[in-house]
Amino acid sequence: MGGGGFFSVAFAVAGRQVYKYFANPAFLAPALFPLFFFVAFAGGLTGVGDVPGFDYEPGYVAFQYVWALLQAVAMGGAFTGFSIAGDFENGFARRLLLAASNRQGIILGYTIASLVRGALTGILVTVLALLTGMPMSGGVDLFGLIGLAVLVNVAATLFGAGVAMLLRTQQAGPVIRTPIFLVLFLAPVFVPLNLLSGWLETIARLNPFTTILDAARGFLAGTPTSVVLPAYAIGVALVAIFALWAVYALRRAEKAGA
Amino acid sequence: MRGSSLLVQVASLARRSTLRTLRQPAVVVSAILFPMMFFAINAYGLDAATSIPGFPADSYLDFAFAFPLVQAALFGAITAGADLARDIESGFFDRLSLTPMRPSALLLGMLAGVVALGLIQGVIFLAVGVLFGVDVKSGFPGMVVLVLLTVLVALGFGGIGAMLALRTGSVEAVESAFPLFFVSIFMSSVNLPRDLIEQNWFRYIATANPISYLVEGLRSLVITGWDAQALLLGFGCAFAIIALSVAGASALLRTRVAR
Repeated sequence: MGGGGFFSVAFAVAGRQVYKYFANPAFLAPALFPLFFFVAFAGGLTGVGDVPGFDYEPGYVAFQYVWALLQAVAMGGAFTGFSIAGDFENGFARRLLLAASNRQGIILGYTIASLVRGALTGILVTVLALLTGMPMSGGVDLFGLIGLAVLVNVAATLFGAGVAMLLRTQQAGPVIRTPIFLVLFLAPVFVPLNLLSGWLETIARLNPFTTILDAARGFLAGTPTSVVLPAYAIGVALVAIFALWAVYALRRAEKAGA
Repeated sequence: MRGSSLLVQVASLARRSTLRTLRQPAVVVSAILFPMMFFAINAYGLDAATSIPGFPADSYLDFAFAFPLVQAALFGAITAGADLARDIESGFFDRLSLTPMRPSALLLGMLAGVVALGLIQGVIFLAVGVLFGVDVKSGFPGMVVLVLLTVLVALGFGGIGAMLALRTGSVEAVESAFPLFFVSIFMSSVNLPRDLIEQNWFRYIATANPISYLVEGLRSLVITGWDAQALLLGFGCAFAIIALSVAGASALLRTRVAR
């Protein structure tokens, strides 16, 4: 039950998941919606970049790219939750729980696999953005953007894993997807925070994802904003909270004899 | 049903189709809630777009009101198409073929169900929209035309949903077409007028996309009043989609019955 068991279980689960991804091109499905939204928003709304007060230096395509990237990695996490729910429904998870020498390694395994999926879907969105003429002016600061994307992916994966292990049915899909979708959209998606109005501005100001999005856009522009530290603090806090959530759900699954 | 007219058969299947939809709260809530949610987010998220020179409305709330109507029609079409595919998967369609009921009644019943759902959605969205401050420039008669065009759009999309169901006979295949439909709404003039779309390639796609004309027809009633050209194009596109999709679905129905 030592650390060896924890990591060997994690790598075994991650290896199986990654193999499943490459054996089925549908693993790129989480990238589809961000790609669609990116094409639709960056292509159809560039005129919004001319609005007085819109002061994002790299332009509207880059502005939309950051949101699409974070959406892609978050949806990658959500889809990993769907996979876990599927594993419970088809009986694989029950055998896995019986065989694993350290069951918490299962959560780490799914998280590693989700990072691989998130990296691939993120690269897909980035390639499309570069092809459509997005400037990359961030330099070293881009690592800051990547770091935030990793935190978003891990937090979404742990949230999805928790829900999936708690409900243990594929009908958990909407319960995983809807909150993630809402958090992503109730943020400054189309224009910066200062140009939002009404109730959306109020909610966006309260939404922790807004801080992450703002910091990520700053990294891409090569001018990190003052919210970098709060953004990382929020990202790490979300990962910690959802890690506890996933462990709690795992215990519930164990008790239920899943 | 022996000896009953096609109209009676259609009416009973339309009732079944509508009740089946209304008995699925998740479907009803999705069909009402999601379009309204996207509308609310778009309306307030893109309100700054009204300061683009040449923008045709003072309020983005008014400009964006066509969006939930078209999106709701899409949800209804996917739901109805999936229900028809479920009838095929479960063998209901085959059992129906053994009765005196005409197979075309199943298609027409399903489409009548789509019309009923479209009507309910149109009225609800209009009520909610007006409550939240949407100003329909064409007044009450315009609201009636708005609901009528929404129902026609739902019928046209419903025909496409029926084609998919009859062609594939698979619920999964019909539902997996959802992203394609969804994207086709966004690749239109739904977010900005075509003359304000800066990217040429996007403007070309939006101009070729019939959904742009459906949106512009609906939108004209809200932000302009009575715009004959926009309405002719909107109704023309709606009738063309209905004619093509219903003809296609009928042909596929004949093929499936002959199997």
